[in-house]
Amino acid sequence: MSDELILELKGITKIFPGVKALNNVHFQLRKGEVHALMGENGAGKSTFIKVITGVFPPEEGQIFLEGKEVVFKGTKDSLAVGIAAVYQHPTTYPDLSVTENIFMGHQIKNGPFMNWKAMHAKAAELLGRLNADFDPKSEMGTLSVAQQQMVEIAKALSTNARIIILDEPTASLTANESKELYRIVKQLRDEGVSIIFISHRMEDMYELADRVTVFRDAQYIGTYDVNGITTADLVKAMVGREIKDMYPKPEVKIGDEVIRIENLSRVGYYKDVCLNARAGEIVGLTGLVGARRTEVMESVCGITKPSAGNVYLNGEKLKIKTPKDAMDAGIILLPEDRHKEGLILSWGLGMNVTLPVQDKLAKIHFFNDNKTEREMSRDLLESVDTKAVTIFDPASSLSGGNQQKVVVAKSLANDNMKVIILDEPTKGVDVGAKAEIYAIIGELALKGYAVIMISSEMPEILGMCDRIYVMCNGRVTGCLDRAEADQEKILNLAMLEKGKAVEQA
Amino acid sequence: MKAFLRKITGNHEVSLAIILVVLFLVVDILSGFKFHGIENIGDIFKNNALTLIMSLGMLCVLITGGIDISITGTLAFAGMTIGLLQKYDIIHNTLLLFVIALAIGAACGFINGLIIAKGKVSPIICTLGAMYIYRGLAYVISNNQWASGEDVTSFSKFGNSAGPYIILALAFVIYFVVMKWTPFGRKVYAIGSNREAARISGINVDRVEIAVYTLMGLLAGLAGALSVSIYGSAQPNMQTGKEMDVIAACVIGGVAMSGGRGTVVGTLLGGIFYAVVYKALPLVGLEAIWQNLIKGVIILGVVIINVLTQRAMNRQALARREI
Repeated sequence: MSDELILELKGITKIFPGVKALNNVHFQLRKGEVHALMGENGAGKSTFIKVITGVFPPEEGQIFLEGKEVVFKGTKDSLAVGIAAVYQHPTTYPDLSVTENIFMGHQIKNGPFMNWKAMHAKAAELLGRLNADFDPKSEMGTLSVAQQQMVEIAKALSTNARIIILDEPTASLTANESKELYRIVKQLRDEGVSIIFISHRMEDMYELADRVTVFRDAQYIGTYDVNGITTADLVKAMVGREIKDMYPKPEVKIGDEVIRIENLSRVGYYKDVCLNARAGEIVGLTGLVGARRTEVMESVCGITKPSAGNVYLNGEKLKIKTPKDAMDAGIILLPEDRHKEGLILSWGLGMNVTLPVQDKLAKIHFFNDNKTEREMSRDLLESVDTKAVTIFDPASSLSGGNQQKVVVAKSLANDNMKVIILDEPTKGVDVGAKAEIYAIIGELALKGYAVIMISSEMPEILGMCDRIYVMCNGRVTGCLDRAEADQEKILNLAMLEKGKAVEQA
Repeated sequence: MKAFLRKITGNHEVSLAIILVVLFLVVDILSGFKFHGIENIGDIFKNNALTLIMSLGMLCVLITGGIDISITGTLAFAGMTIGLLQKYDIIHNTLLLFVIALAIGAACGFINGLIIAKGKVSPIICTLGAMYIYRGLAYVISNNQWASGEDVTSFSKFGNSAGPYIILALAFVIYFVVMKWTPFGRKVYAIGSNREAARISGINVDRVEIAVYTLMGLLAGLAGALSVSIYGSAQPNMQTGKEMDVIAACVIGGVAMSGGRGTVVGTLLGGIFYAVVYKALPLVGLEAIWQNLIKGVIILGVVIINVLTQRAMNRQALARREI
């Protein structure tokens, strides 16, 4: 890395109707540097990326490429000078081949015809450079998220990009896949590519970045050497206040066993899963992606049908066929994908929260949309401290962290709940909101719920859970107590059946 | 004033009502004040009673994100059945005939719902098949015979009374209440807005879907009976193609084909709008050959306006979210 600047943005201001999305921000990228861009959701990172790539021309400010001022009127302009972005959710064509995805928009042609041979060869070469182990002719939709991301990176490379922007590249990757990504990023850096990446994960930044720039509330806060700033200071820069305790795990007197899962199996998915959770206990369920953690819990909640095994609640065998059965018994799942499964985004918060209890409300009062319902939703939303203006605000208007709080409120609408299962509760949520969600999870345990938390994030699993079950390949490979658990033990268990596995510690 | 204007343009029902009133006045003036008579308005409702009734069922189907194009087949099957029952002097009790038509309609709808909800067949494919089957049944049972005016004399007394108006009014009131204030209505909207979220929130999606198609069939059966009663005859080819009018009325009324959005009031206004235009064309001197063309233009025009207002609303919501 040299001190020579490849990209510089000065005094960028971007205004959307009614709001300043970026207010006089600066940014400097050195040649061959990995530069982290951090900040809470809504800090303006994504808008900033779109300014760099020419999607949003800024109202004010200048962009310099290698010292010369440039003006981007669209992504074509930025691509032409070698700037490419890889977005958080791979924006791919699932039914097309990897090659077609890589060369979408800049196909190699032979006169008027596609030169498939050359494209396949070039794609194979690019993938080889990234050490990818799949065929360029394979269909995009059959690849894992991590592999799709590799394709996106290959696509960026195929345009001879000198600056690659990675937007939350590790958000949907497992620990192992993240390591693979780190390797690729380092390799690209060594080849002289400059990289900007956005991430909520501190590990990413420490692993990769040389410098970090922090935005907060659309403003530029500062640029720091990664080695010269403590985590606490960095969090403070991002959040604007100090977070004293990231994982406020309360001391809870753990009660009797509430839920017990015995030898639950689903052909083709998981086998002989046994686990239990007690009142007031926070039980973690972790493992690599593909360990089938979510699948197990979906069966427990009646979303899919297990082929064998039983679920007991307070010692009683349950017959669960639909999510409603599970809810009536007192088990609720807070799904991972808040947009697809958790909330109805176009609806007001109030209606979202009371959706699971429509029939119960109707028993109190035949017609819904009444005072009882509104008061109930207001109370529930207050109990999770949602920063919303009213219960009529659409769920789509909230940030990820606040949406997650609404999902929690929704799960509490039924007052007979005993087991709360959270699937990746802090995925895509920023640091400040994460701490708040952990506090809410702690409160749930305090109130005596048995909490089961599926998570791939090691720190939160270690920070919040009383016991940690680890899964690998559809089987539970071990259970660790809070006191004995550490990152290494969990990883060993998570890879136990993968051949190259390490002996259990 | 500006806020008032925004309120009008931001609410589909209000803007549609205003357009409707203006349209009504214009037509009334152009036709030399022949349009606003009570008889004429009564005619408008009666002539479009079938479309209006079925648009309620279609509203629910569309809100869940589905579609039902088999409804006029159901209508013909139910209508033909009760026509034949009278033709061969088996039953002449008006109430009983209505109940039979409703039952046939509900059964047809239930079958559709079962195939769509449990079999996971796409609604348009399922009801496309069902359209031919139910229409075909109407032909088969009648052996391509009609039930003529003489056959259904006593039954058509109901059609000439205030009966159809009362049924129409009742249906709209019931649907208004159900869709706005009951858990069932809320569930229908929930399924259309986000099926997975609804399922995970403990809603029995299959059951609600089956109910929605069954109700659609029930109303088609009712429309079949009304058709026989109002027009005084039953033919196997009755009301062919009218399902598109029903869908058009919903769409004009602001129902989203993608599901999740639409109201009873909007549907009513959409239906009336459609009916007024239809009735007005000859009065303002346009011949019948123009009707299809005008209908098409109106549907497209309204849909384009819908898309534009929706886009504006989305933009406003986004602006609020952006920080």
